[in-house]
Amino acid sequence: MSTITVYVPRDSAALAAGADRVAQRIAKEATARGIMLELVRNGSRGMFWLEPLVEVNTPTGRIAYGPVTPDDVAGLFDAGFLTGGKHPLALGPTEDIPYLKKQERLTFARMGVTDPVSLTDYQAYEGFAGLRRALALAPEEIVQQVLDSGLRGRGGAAFPAGIKWKTVLGTAAAQKYIVCNADEGDSGTYSDRMTMEGDPFMLIEGMTIAGLATGATQGFIYVRSEYPHAIATLNEAIRIAEAAGFLGDNILRSGKRFSLAVRKGAGSYVCGEETALLESLEGKRGIVRAKPPLPAIEGLFGQPTLINNVITLASVPLILARGAAFYRDYGVGRSRGTLPMQLAGNIKYGGLVEKAFGVTLRELLYDYGGGSASGRPIKAVQVGGPLGAYLPESQWDLPLDYEAYAAVGGTVGHGGIVVHDDTADLSKLARYAMEFCALESCGKCTPCRIGSTRGVEVIDKIRADQNRVQQVILLRDLCDTMVHGSLCAMGGMTPFPVLSALDHFPQDFGLVVPDRKAA
Amino acid sequence: MKLQQAQQGHEVPHPASAPIDKDKELAAVQRSLLQHADEPGALLPILHDVQDALGYIPAHTVPVIAEAQNLSRAEVHGVITYYHHFRAEPAGRHVIQICRAEACQSMGADALLAHAELRLGCSAHGTSKDGAFTLEPAFCLGLCASSPAMTLDDQPHARMTPRAFDALIAQDNNP
Repeated sequence: MSTITVYVPRDSAALAAGADRVAQRIAKEATARGIMLELVRNGSRGMFWLEPLVEVNTPTGRIAYGPVTPDDVAGLFDAGFLTGGKHPLALGPTEDIPYLKKQERLTFARMGVTDPVSLTDYQAYEGFAGLRRALALAPEEIVQQVLDSGLRGRGGAAFPAGIKWKTVLGTAAAQKYIVCNADEGDSGTYSDRMTMEGDPFMLIEGMTIAGLATGATQGFIYVRSEYPHAIATLNEAIRIAEAAGFLGDNILRSGKRFSLAVRKGAGSYVCGEETALLESLEGKRGIVRAKPPLPAIEGLFGQPTLINNVITLASVPLILARGAAFYRDYGVGRSRGTLPMQLAGNIKYGGLVEKAFGVTLRELLYDYGGGSASGRPIKAVQVGGPLGAYLPESQWDLPLDYEAYAAVGGTVGHGGIVVHDDTADLSKLARYAMEFCALESCGKCTPCRIGSTRGVEVIDKIRADQNRVQQVILLRDLCDTMVHGSLCAMGGMTPFPVLSALDHFPQDFGLVVPDRKAA
Repeated sequence: MKLQQAQQGHEVPHPASAPIDKDKELAAVQRSLLQHADEPGALLPILHDVQDALGYIPAHTVPVIAEAQNLSRAEVHGVITYYHHFRAEPAGRHVIQICRAEACQSMGADALLAHAELRLGCSAHGTSKDGAFTLEPAFCLGLCASSPAMTLDDQPHARMTPRAFDALIAQDNNP
């Protein structure tokens, strides 16, 4: 007879819902009843309205119960949940929950299934298959796989990943670096956090492959200070991987070398911009650098540096394990593969939905999200973080694809989808976009540093109806200057939410006639 | 026993009223400087160590850090003041972060912050009069599907309401 295994997630969002207390109660109750069970703290399946989601393994697969409070635990034992017994919180087999079943989980295939720091679990689900394949390939061949997969930067800029890899490989230097951008600052995004907390070996494997491909022997993961649990899990996973020979001076006895260290950010949004991040890693203020030189040629400490987002690097092990074609066959147009999208804000069923590119916002909002949490009509959806456009209902049927979004002045960004119901005031949200830019601007470019403060003032005047018509012209002019006169996306894209709010929701700015000419 | 812990405790941030032992603070700084002596670009890890140990980065430690890192005092000061996370003054015994970003706004974060300010009697970035709580706005805690979110001493709390906030504060308001 096999031991009973009970799963209670350790993901921050599950902890925020009380998962630790539930786990403690389950352990206590089992002891009191003389039941032997193994309690595994898995990652989250990404269905946050069900957290804490408790699962039990049974001969017919894993059965889910949720959301479980500590007070439900005794009742679950009484109902025989350890053998999949009936209970009001029972959700049936986890894999059959439609929200999960309809997804195309490639990068998130292990998420919530495994113990995040168990090498046995990781390898039982294809873990390190990509690294083993990479060790048998020449660096050029690894890079070719990434190029052929069509993978683009998942942090937001969507630059073809393989091109960066190729540039670093082709630049000779005594020391090269791999830097993982884990400064996930966009509101409405948490896929990086889930990866680091729920499947850290996948990121470690992706970075190691990147090291083999480019000739870099040292990697840094720059994690924001708001993610203490992710930092702790990564450090634990790195120690385990080192001890087992997946990292260090002799990776799987290949004679190849790669080391990893975690660096903690300090609450600066602009450090998510790659050159500001490199400055921060060098111990300086996170001020954006002018490009060129490209980081791939002259990056960290002046050395060739491959800098990619968490999800970009985490997508690589599967591409190597199954081949570029497997990954490339998902998606539409020039947006290949899948994107872990994150439903957030005023949404009934908020959570992580990994789908191939091409899905529409309407499907995500209603087929997955179930509409707003408040039950009121959805008014505007901000896609792509604080620098992303507010999309009105007329744009919810666009295929989610980098080019299709760019064509309407939007951005897919890091895949964050923040929902606002009809009580939202878009002039207030536009003001917030400018306020956030003023708070977080690194100060290097005048249009961003000063323009954002002026933007707040101008929007205040529009809201207060002081020379409203002239102020709207001024706001558009200011946005134009910011777009064209800023080095990075902070100043260059803050106008996206502002102008989309103005264009699509003019009534919120007190404008009767839509004023679209200057958009 | 409790008194002893408070005296030794480098882990315990100084309450605003406690006397400050500069030598002990410098010892904590030296420990970190030694640990990161050969690490390139180590200023942020050092500042994190100091703040984790002392609760803040005291002004008198800045020249020491600067010298060890071969930097000017202005450069170190610049880094401390650039990053929102670093503080040059002691915080309260507990630090609360309330998310103000868009996802949390859509679920009432503004009202939650206003309630917290009223309840603690301080504005954002301030500390309650009894020194128990420092209130910080945050811009995304990565709990955007469970908004509005906050943390209390780095522990996450989701789907907060003013009532849940009061309960949490009452539970943790023991010095």
